[in-house]
Amino acid sequence: MSTKVIQALYDDDDVLLKAVKEVRAAHHHIEEVYTPFPVHGLDKAMGLAGTRMAITAFLYGITGLSFAVWFLNYIMISDWPQNIGGKPSFTFYHNMPAFIPVMFEMTVFFAAHLMVITFYMRSKIWPFRKAENPDPRTTDDKFLMEVAVDGNENELSDLLKRTGAIEIKVNEKH
Amino acid sequence: MYTFSSKLKIFSIALMIIGALGIVYGIMSAPKTTEDIKEMMHDSHATADEHGTTHEVAQADASDHATAGEHADEEAHLEHALTFAKNRPWSAIYVPMIFFLLLSVCALVFYATQRAAQSGWSPVLFRVMEGVSSYITIGSLIVLAFLIYSSIGHGNHLFAWMYTSTDPTAANYDFAMVTKGWWLNIPGWLIRSVIYVLIWIGFRYFIVKNSRAEDSASDLSSYKRNFTLSVVFLVVFLVSELFMAFDWLMSIDHHWFSQLYPFYVFASMFVSAITTIAFVTIYLRSRGYLPFVNDSHLHDLAKFMFGFSIFWTYFWFAQFMLQWYANIPEETTYFYPRLVGTYQPLFIGMLIMNFVFPILILMNSDFKRVPWFVVLAGLIILAGHYIDVYLMITPGTVGSNWHFGIPEIGSLLFFLGLFIFVVFTSLTKAPLLAKGNPFLKESEIFHY
Repeated sequence: MSTKVIQALYDDDDVLLKAVKEVRAAHHHIEEVYTPFPVHGLDKAMGLAGTRMAITAFLYGITGLSFAVWFLNYIMISDWPQNIGGKPSFTFYHNMPAFIPVMFEMTVFFAAHLMVITFYMRSKIWPFRKAENPDPRTTDDKFLMEVAVDGNENELSDLLKRTGAIEIKVNEKH
Repeated sequence: MYTFSSKLKIFSIALMIIGALGIVYGIMSAPKTTEDIKEMMHDSHATADEHGTTHEVAQADASDHATAGEHADEEAHLEHALTFAKNRPWSAIYVPMIFFLLLSVCALVFYATQRAAQSGWSPVLFRVMEGVSSYITIGSLIVLAFLIYSSIGHGNHLFAWMYTSTDPTAANYDFAMVTKGWWLNIPGWLIRSVIYVLIWIGFRYFIVKNSRAEDSASDLSSYKRNFTLSVVFLVVFLVSELFMAFDWLMSIDHHWFSQLYPFYVFASMFVSAITTIAFVTIYLRSRGYLPFVNDSHLHDLAKFMFGFSIFWTYFWFAQFMLQWYANIPEETTYFYPRLVGTYQPLFIGMLIMNFVFPILILMNSDFKRVPWFVVLAGLIILAGHYIDVYLMITPGTVGSNWHFGIPEIGSLLFFLGLFIFVVFTSLTKAPLLAKGNPFLKESEIFHY
């Protein structure tokens, strides 16, 4: 099934932000906005739910820390205690200062990599995926707003023109 | 204009009076002779054995007895314990004296960073920062008086290097002073102390003067002057702070050395300064004096509290781990009484208060906008860093028999009262909104 969408092109992020607010105030459904860079406040203006990335970052960090603790305890204490510079190697607790850099790095490593992977999966970006971007100019200096059409094309394009769109076209979306 | 509420004024004066009584009691009740020490030792449940071992630990720090052989001598041992016991009330005063002075100097540094960065979010808080830094003048005069009393006046033995000799045949011969003597000598030490203090007082005077002039200025000349002054101050401050930390704090354990120490001291006081700025802001806002400060400003201050708590931990750990790992005797003398000696509970507790609590409490972004939450986290941070300063000073001056009793609490209350009195008095001197700042509009509509 295919639906019709109206695509409005803008050339300024402030104009875009104002337009998004006006379109939403007129009770139209904004499907998506394509921008070349993150526009501050756009997610709030579009009414998107807050990101939960921060929570996942915390959980991934905890995972990395726990893994580092287990890992260091296994290799340095229980499996093969190593005498390095006469440092105590019989308990995890006594040797901990030496492990802290590793624990820190593992925490950061896990949080960073797993967050990137989570972000890609959540945004449905993976290798060989075809770009959805309706207009290549939005990767350069233009902003594109996509609004769902429900038999009200003319009314919508008038509204969008008033908000400062420089180009408007109606497209089939698959 | 802010008016110093009479309630707060009475509260601060009451703190000073109670504190002064505590200080006087501490000085009066300090033991005078070795007889008193003997009595104290009998009174306390500590056995002679325990004293023997703890004394060994303390010996590394205060080096007026250089060789281990002397410690067999009972009388020398008592003399040594007497020096430590006599030091206690003075050490107790020195801790809050340093804490509040460096805190207010670091508030000025934070203010200078905002000026130098031409930051847009903070101009509504400038007068609060100026207010917190107003303690510099009186605070540094008190510290100078104390340092003169300690050195020329021989009022106490906080700085053991003053009582050493570089003559190998002398009883108080100290090998370390042979190489360190060119820097650590009383005249040079006092002259440097005066220079540090003059730098801080001078820069504060001119920066605040320009800031006041900005209110009625018709052009940006005072703003530009303050930018230049702040940039210069940041550089000059860092150098002065570096040597100040060596002279005023590290020389207490003068056998020990760490190049990272000044930065660690700075990190500790910087986070305390930001916390204090947040406290004064929250207090004034709750009284309705800062209607232009919104939750986002508080959020940013709390972010700085969070960030600099971790910054402190980083420095602390970087200093600790290298010395712990290398395990060289002249370096571990510093950490031995703190990590495994009688100061262990404070040392571990301070780490938890300064690192674990802030990271857990202030991590959530929503919590940083809740005033009582920031106050709660701030109280833990300030208490933690007070203990940190206490741990920089006390093990070297009081030895292993520490107590946190009337002299310590009295000194803390006195300087807290004085600090509140001075800061809030100075806040009444100028409008709380620095209205000449070109970034004021941006600051007022600042949102996260």
